[in-house]
Amino acid sequence: MLRSFQADLHVHTCLSPCADINMSPAAIVKRAQSLGVDILGICDHNSAENVLAAVAAARGHGLHVLPGMELTSAEEVHILALFDKPELAQALQEIVYRHLPGKNDEEIFGMQVLANADDEVLGFNQKLLIGATTLGVDEIVKNIHSLQGLAIAAHIDRESFSLISQLGFVPDNLPLDALEISPAISPEEALRRYAPALPLVQSSDAHQQDEIGRRRTVFLIEEASIAEIKKALQQQEGRRIVH
Amino acid sequence: MTLKDVVEKLGLRVMTVKAALDPELTGAYAGDLLSDVMANARPGNLWITMQTHQNVLAVAQIKDLAAIVLVNGRKPDAETLQKADQENVTVLGTDEPAFRISGQLYRLLGEP
Ligand SMILES: [Zn+2]
Ligand SMILES: [Zn+2]
Repeated sequence: MLRSFQADLHVHTCLSPCADINMSPAAIVKRAQSLGVDILGICDHNSAENVLAAVAAARGHGLHVLPGMELTSAEEVHILALFDKPELAQALQEIVYRHLPGKNDEEIFGMQVLANADDEVLGFNQKLLIGATTLGVDEIVKNIHSLQGLAIAAHIDRESFSLISQLGFVPDNLPLDALEISPAISPEEALRRYAPALPLVQSSDAHQQDEIGRRRTVFLIEEASIAEIKKALQQQEGRRIVH
Repeated sequence: MTLKDVVEKLGLRVMTVKAALDPELTGAYAGDLLSDVMANARPGNLWITMQTHQNVLAVAQIKDLAAIVLVNGRKPDAETLQKADQENVTVLGTDEPAFRISGQLYRLLGEP
Protein backbone atom coordinates (compact mmCIF):
# COMPACT_ATOMS: atom_id res chain seq x y z
CA MET A 1 0.00 0.00 0.00
CA LEU A 2 1.21 3.45 -0.86
CA ARG A 3 1.79 5.93 1.93
CA SER A 4 3.70 9.15 2.33
CA PHE A 5 7.29 9.14 3.54
CA GLN A 6 9.00 12.29 4.74
CA ALA A 7 12.51 12.26 3.33
CA ASP A 8 15.51 14.39 4.14
CA LEU A 9 17.98 12.99 1.63
CA HIS A 10 20.95 15.23 2.34
CA VAL A 11 22.39 15.35 5.85
CA HIS A 12 26.08 15.59 6.80
CA THR A 13 27.68 13.92 9.81
CA CYS A 14 30.73 15.00 11.81
CA LEU A 15 32.83 13.27 9.16
CA SER A 16 32.34 16.29 6.91
CA PRO A 17 34.94 18.87 7.95
CA CYS A 18 32.41 21.70 7.61
CA ALA A 19 29.76 19.97 9.76
CA ASP A 20 29.24 20.57 13.46
CA ILE A 21 31.07 18.22 15.79
CA ASN A 22 27.71 17.35 17.43
CA MET A 23 26.50 15.73 14.22
CA SER A 24 27.25 12.19 15.33
CA PRO A 25 25.36 9.49 13.44
CA ALA A 26 23.45 8.53 16.60
CA ALA A 27 22.49 12.13 17.40
CA ILE A 28 21.33 12.76 13.85
CA VAL A 29 19.17 9.63 13.82
CA LYS A 30 17.61 10.56 17.15
CA ARG A 31 16.79 14.08 16.09
CA ALA A 32 15.50 13.10 12.64
CA GLN A 33 13.22 10.53 14.24
CA SER A 34 11.85 13.05 16.75
CA LEU A 35 11.05 15.39 13.86
CA GLY A 36 9.03 12.75 12.01
CA VAL A 37 11.56 12.11 9.26
CA ASP A 38 10.98 8.65 7.74
CA ILE A 39 13.88 8.50 5.28
CA LEU A 40 17.27 9.97 6.05
CA GLY A 41 20.06 10.26 3.46
CA ILE A 42 23.54 10.40 4.98
CA CYS A 43 25.75 12.30 2.55
CA ASP A 44 29.21 13.32 3.70
CA HIS A 45 31.65 15.00 1.37
CA ASN A 46 33.46 12.36 -0.71
CA SER A 47 33.19 9.69 1.97
CA ALA A 48 30.73 7.13 3.29
CA GLU A 49 32.68 6.09 6.37
CA ASN A 50 29.95 7.08 8.83
CA VAL A 51 27.02 5.47 7.02
CA LEU A 52 27.30 2.12 8.76
CA ALA A 53 27.04 3.83 12.15
CA ALA A 54 23.93 5.73 11.05
CA VAL A 55 22.30 2.57 9.69
CA ALA A 56 23.08 0.75 12.93
CA ALA A 57 21.82 3.64 15.08
CA ALA A 58 18.53 3.72 13.17
CA ARG A 59 17.83 0.00 13.46
CA GLY A 60 14.55 -0.61 15.29
CA HIS A 61 13.66 3.10 15.44
CA GLY A 62 11.22 3.31 12.54
CA LEU A 63 13.58 5.51 10.58
CA HIS A 64 15.15 4.34 7.36
CA VAL A 65 18.70 5.47 6.59
CA LEU A 66 19.87 5.57 2.99
CA PRO A 67 23.67 5.35 2.88
CA GLY A 68 25.07 7.96 0.53
CA MET A 69 27.72 10.48 -0.29
CA GLU A 70 28.04 14.01 -1.64
CA LEU A 71 30.71 13.81 -4.32
CA THR A 72 32.67 16.74 -5.67
CA SER A 73 33.35 16.40 -9.38
CA ALA A 74 36.40 17.66 -11.25
CA GLU A 75 34.25 20.61 -12.35
CA GLU A 76 33.54 21.24 -8.63
CA VAL A 77 29.91 20.22 -8.94
CA HIS A 78 28.33 18.52 -5.91
CA ILE A 79 26.45 15.32 -6.76
CA LEU A 80 24.49 13.25 -4.25
CA ALA A 81 24.66 9.48 -4.44
CA LEU A 82 22.14 7.39 -2.47
CA PHE A 83 21.99 3.63 -2.08
CA ASP A 84 20.02 0.84 -0.46
CA LYS A 85 23.01 -0.78 1.19
CA PRO A 86 26.15 0.49 2.93
CA GLU A 87 28.28 -1.89 0.81
CA LEU A 88 27.25 -0.02 -2.32
CA ALA A 89 28.16 3.34 -0.82
CA GLN A 90 31.46 1.84 0.27
CA ALA A 91 32.11 0.53 -3.24
CA LEU A 92 31.62 4.06 -4.55
CA GLN A 93 33.89 5.33 -1.81
CA GLU A 94 36.68 3.07 -3.06
CA ILE A 95 36.41 4.63 -6.50
CA VAL A 96 36.26 8.14 -5.04
CA TYR A 97 39.31 7.59 -2.80
CA ARG A 98 41.37 6.55 -5.84
CA HIS A 99 40.51 9.92 -7.41
CA LEU A 100 40.74 12.24 -4.43
CA PRO A 101 44.13 13.91 -3.97
CA GLY A 102 45.31 15.78 -0.87
CA LYS A 103 45.40 15.53 2.91
CA ASN A 104 43.09 17.31 5.36
CA ASP A 105 44.29 20.21 7.48
CA GLU A 106 42.08 20.20 10.59
CA GLU A 107 43.09 23.73 11.56
CA ILE A 108 41.83 25.15 8.29
CA PHE A 109 39.01 22.85 7.19
CA GLY A 110 37.88 21.18 10.40
CA MET A 111 37.93 17.71 11.92
CA GLN A 112 36.72 14.63 10.05
CA VAL A 113 35.39 12.43 12.84
CA LEU A 114 34.69 8.73 12.41
CA ALA A 115 32.08 7.58 14.92
CA ASN A 116 30.18 4.44 15.76
CA ALA A 117 26.49 3.98 16.57
CA ASP A 118 27.17 4.47 20.29
CA ASP A 119 28.58 7.98 19.86
CA GLU A 120 32.17 6.85 20.35
CA VAL A 121 34.96 8.41 18.31
CA LEU A 122 36.74 5.75 16.28
CA GLY A 123 39.30 8.01 14.65
CA PHE A 124 39.82 10.77 12.15
CA ASN A 125 39.77 10.59 8.38
CA GLN A 126 42.96 12.11 6.93
CA LYS A 127 41.87 12.63 3.33
CA LEU A 128 41.09 16.04 1.91
CA LEU A 129 37.34 15.36 1.87
CA ILE A 130 36.53 19.01 1.16
CA GLY A 131 38.56 18.80 -2.06
CA ALA A 132 37.49 17.88 -5.57
CA THR A 133 37.84 14.45 -7.11
CA THR A 134 39.39 14.11 -10.55
CA LEU A 135 36.17 12.47 -11.79
CA GLY A 136 33.99 14.45 -14.21
CA VAL A 137 30.22 14.67 -13.66
CA ASP A 138 29.59 12.14 -16.44
CA GLU A 139 31.90 9.55 -14.86
CA ILE A 140 30.38 10.15 -11.43
CA VAL A 141 26.81 9.59 -12.59
CA LYS A 142 27.91 6.50 -14.52
CA ASN A 143 29.61 5.06 -11.44
CA ILE A 144 26.60 5.76 -9.20
CA HIS A 145 24.24 4.06 -11.64
CA SER A 146 26.52 1.05 -12.08
CA LEU A 147 26.07 0.55 -8.31
CA GLN A 148 22.25 0.90 -8.61
CA GLY A 149 22.28 4.24 -6.82
CA LEU A 150 20.38 7.46 -7.26
CA ALA A 151 22.35 10.38 -8.74
CA ILE A 152 21.05 13.81 -7.80
CA ALA A 153 22.64 17.18 -8.60
CA ALA A 154 22.91 18.92 -5.22
CA HIS A 155 21.59 22.41 -4.38
CA ILE A 156 21.38 23.60 -7.99
CA ASP A 157 20.31 27.08 -6.84
CA ARG A 158 23.56 27.74 -4.96
CA GLU A 159 26.16 30.07 -6.45
CA SER A 160 28.99 27.72 -5.65
CA PHE A 161 29.55 23.99 -6.16
CA SER A 162 26.31 23.53 -8.06
CA LEU A 163 25.73 22.03 -11.49
CA ILE A 164 24.31 25.32 -12.69
CA SER A 165 26.98 27.59 -11.18
CA GLN A 166 29.80 25.47 -12.58
CA LEU A 167 28.36 24.30 -15.90
CA GLY A 168 25.83 27.04 -16.66
CA PHE A 169 22.88 24.71 -17.20
CA VAL A 170 21.91 21.06 -16.82
CA PRO A 171 23.79 19.11 -19.55
CA ASP A 172 21.12 17.39 -21.62
CA ASN A 173 23.07 14.13 -21.96
CA LEU A 174 23.68 13.70 -18.21
CA PRO A 175 21.32 10.95 -16.95
CA LEU A 176 20.61 12.38 -13.48
CA ASP A 177 17.67 11.02 -11.47
CA ALA A 178 16.73 14.38 -9.98
CA LEU A 179 17.83 17.91 -9.17
CA GLU A 180 17.98 19.06 -5.56
CA ILE A 181 17.20 22.58 -4.41
CA SER A 182 18.53 24.05 -1.18
CA PRO A 183 16.37 25.45 1.66
CA ALA A 184 17.15 28.94 0.30
CA ILE A 185 14.54 28.68 -2.47
CA SER A 186 10.92 27.50 -2.65
CA PRO A 187 9.96 24.71 -5.04
CA GLU A 188 7.60 27.15 -6.83
CA GLU A 189 10.42 29.65 -7.36
CA ALA A 190 12.73 26.86 -8.55
CA LEU A 191 10.15 25.68 -11.10
CA ARG A 192 9.83 29.23 -12.41
CA ARG A 193 13.56 29.87 -12.51
CA TYR A 194 14.81 26.60 -13.97
CA ALA A 195 11.79 25.06 -15.76
CA PRO A 196 13.55 21.76 -15.05
CA ALA A 197 13.24 18.76 -17.34
CA LEU A 198 14.13 16.57 -14.34
CA PRO A 199 12.22 15.99 -11.08
CA LEU A 200 13.00 18.34 -8.21
CA VAL A 201 13.64 17.31 -4.63
CA GLN A 202 14.36 19.51 -1.66
CA SER A 203 16.42 18.63 1.39
CA SER A 204 18.09 20.25 4.35
CA ASP A 205 21.82 19.88 3.53
CA ALA A 206 22.06 19.95 7.33
CA HIS A 207 25.52 20.63 8.77
CA GLN A 208 24.21 21.17 12.31
CA GLN A 209 21.48 19.60 14.38
CA ASP A 210 18.89 22.37 14.17
CA GLU A 211 18.99 22.14 10.38
CA ILE A 212 18.00 18.48 10.16
CA GLY A 213 14.65 18.06 8.44
CA ARG A 214 14.18 21.81 7.83
CA ARG A 215 13.31 20.95 4.23
CA ARG A 216 11.95 17.61 3.08
CA THR A 217 10.59 15.85 0.08
CA VAL A 218 7.47 13.80 0.67
CA PHE A 219 7.27 10.65 -1.42
CA LEU A 220 4.13 8.61 -1.95
CA ILE A 221 5.67 5.15 -2.11
CA GLU A 222 5.28 1.62 -0.79
CA GLU A 223 8.53 1.34 1.16
CA ALA A 224 11.73 3.24 1.80
CA SER A 225 13.93 1.96 -1.02
CA ILE A 226 15.89 3.35 -3.93
CA ALA A 227 13.66 1.50 -6.40
CA GLU A 228 10.51 3.03 -4.90
CA ILE A 229 12.00 6.54 -4.82
CA LYS A 230 13.08 6.12 -8.44
CA LYS A 231 9.50 5.21 -9.35
CA ALA A 232 8.19 8.25 -7.50
CA LEU A 233 10.66 10.51 -9.33
CA GLN A 234 9.45 9.10 -12.63
CA GLN A 235 5.79 9.06 -11.54
CA GLN A 236 5.38 5.36 -12.19
CA GLU A 237 2.72 3.01 -10.80
CA GLY A 238 1.07 5.73 -8.74
CA ARG A 239 4.27 6.64 -6.95
CA ARG A 240 4.98 10.35 -6.87
CA ILE A 241 6.32 13.31 -4.99
CA VAL A 242 3.64 15.03 -2.94
CA HIS A 243 5.97 17.78 -1.50
CA MET B 1 43.00 42.33 -34.03
CA THR B 2 41.88 39.03 -35.54
CA LEU B 3 41.86 35.67 -33.82
CA LYS B 4 44.56 34.55 -36.27
CA ASP B 5 46.92 37.35 -35.13
CA VAL B 6 46.45 36.33 -31.49
CA VAL B 7 46.96 32.63 -32.21
CA GLU B 8 50.26 33.44 -33.92
CA LYS B 9 51.52 35.99 -31.39
CA LEU B 10 50.73 33.81 -28.34
CA GLY B 11 51.61 30.51 -29.99
CA LEU B 12 48.22 28.94 -29.22
CA ARG B 13 47.47 25.40 -30.35
CA VAL B 14 44.47 25.05 -32.64
CA MET B 15 42.65 21.94 -31.40
CA THR B 16 39.64 21.88 -33.71
CA VAL B 17 39.99 20.92 -37.35
CA LYS B 18 37.62 23.47 -38.84
CA ALA B 19 38.91 26.52 -37.00
CA ALA B 20 37.59 29.88 -38.20
CA LEU B 21 40.44 32.23 -37.35
CA ASP B 22 39.21 35.30 -39.19
CA PRO B 23 36.90 36.88 -36.58
CA GLU B 24 37.91 40.26 -35.24
CA LEU B 25 38.22 40.05 -31.44
CA THR B 26 36.13 42.38 -29.27
CA GLY B 27 38.22 41.58 -26.19
CA ALA B 28 38.57 38.58 -23.92
CA TYR B 29 36.89 37.10 -20.86
CA ALA B 30 38.44 34.75 -18.30
CA GLY B 31 36.31 32.42 -16.17
CA ASP B 32 35.69 28.80 -15.25
CA LEU B 33 32.15 29.13 -13.94
CA LEU B 34 29.88 28.78 -16.93
CA SER B 35 27.04 30.62 -15.22
CA ASP B 36 29.35 33.63 -14.86
CA VAL B 37 30.59 33.45 -18.45
CA MET B 38 27.00 33.26 -19.69
CA ALA B 39 26.20 36.38 -17.68
CA ASN B 40 29.28 38.46 -18.44
CA ALA B 41 31.19 37.48 -21.60
CA ARG B 42 30.42 39.56 -24.69
CA PRO B 43 29.98 38.54 -28.33
CA GLY B 44 33.29 38.25 -30.17
CA ASN B 45 35.28 37.71 -26.94
CA LEU B 46 38.05 35.20 -26.67
CA TRP B 47 37.22 32.99 -23.68
CA ILE B 48 40.05 31.88 -21.40
CA THR B 49 39.17 28.90 -19.19
CA MET B 50 40.28 25.58 -17.78
CA GLN B 51 36.77 24.15 -17.96
CA THR B 52 36.63 21.25 -20.43
CA HIS B 53 33.09 19.94 -19.87
CA GLN B 54 31.11 19.72 -23.10
CA ASN B 55 28.79 22.51 -21.91
CA VAL B 56 31.53 25.01 -22.90
CA LEU B 57 30.50 24.52 -26.52
CA ALA B 58 26.93 25.62 -25.90
CA VAL B 59 28.11 28.63 -23.91
CA ALA B 60 30.46 29.68 -26.73
CA GLN B 61 27.58 29.40 -29.18
CA ILE B 62 24.96 31.15 -27.06
CA LYS B 63 27.34 34.04 -26.37
CA ASP B 64 28.74 34.09 -29.91
CA LEU B 65 32.31 33.95 -28.60
CA ALA B 66 35.23 34.05 -31.04
CA ALA B 67 36.95 30.99 -29.56
CA ILE B 68 37.76 29.09 -26.37
CA VAL B 69 41.34 28.99 -25.06
CA LEU B 70 41.97 26.08 -22.70
CA VAL B 71 44.85 26.87 -20.35
CA ASN B 72 47.21 24.73 -18.23
CA GLY B 73 47.48 22.13 -21.00
CA ARG B 74 43.87 21.03 -20.49
CA LYS B 75 42.40 18.86 -23.21
CA PRO B 76 38.75 18.10 -23.83
CA ASP B 77 37.84 14.51 -24.68
CA ALA B 78 37.71 13.46 -28.34
CA GLU B 79 33.92 13.53 -28.41
CA THR B 80 33.84 17.16 -27.26
CA LEU B 81 36.36 18.19 -29.93
CA GLN B 82 34.35 16.37 -32.58
CA LYS B 83 31.22 18.16 -31.43
CA ALA B 84 33.08 21.48 -31.49
CA ASP B 85 33.88 20.90 -35.15
CA GLN B 86 30.27 19.99 -35.93
CA GLU B 87 29.05 23.15 -34.23
CA ASN B 88 31.76 25.44 -35.58
CA VAL B 89 33.24 26.32 -32.21
CA THR B 90 36.98 27.02 -32.34
CA VAL B 91 38.92 25.46 -29.48
CA LEU B 92 42.50 26.59 -28.80
CA GLY B 93 44.98 25.41 -26.21
CA THR B 94 48.08 26.48 -24.32
CA ASP B 95 50.27 25.09 -21.54
CA GLU B 96 50.38 28.53 -19.92
CA PRO B 97 48.15 29.35 -16.91
CA ALA B 98 45.22 31.76 -17.23
CA PHE B 99 47.09 34.65 -15.59
CA ARG B 100 49.92 34.64 -18.14
CA ILE B 101 47.64 34.28 -21.17
CA SER B 102 45.36 37.01 -19.81
CA GLY B 103 48.34 39.31 -19.26
CA GLN B 104 49.69 38.75 -22.75
CA LEU B 105 46.25 39.29 -24.27
CA TYR B 106 45.73 42.45 -22.26
CA ARG B 107 48.97 43.80 -23.68
CA LEU B 108 47.80 42.98 -27.21
CA LEU B 109 44.16 44.02 -26.98
CA GLY B 110 44.17 46.67 -24.27
CA GLU B 111 41.00 47.87 -22.51
CA PRO B 112 37.95 46.68 -24.45
ZN1 LIG C 1 27.17 20.65 -1.35
ZN1 LIG D 1 25.95 18.98 1.47
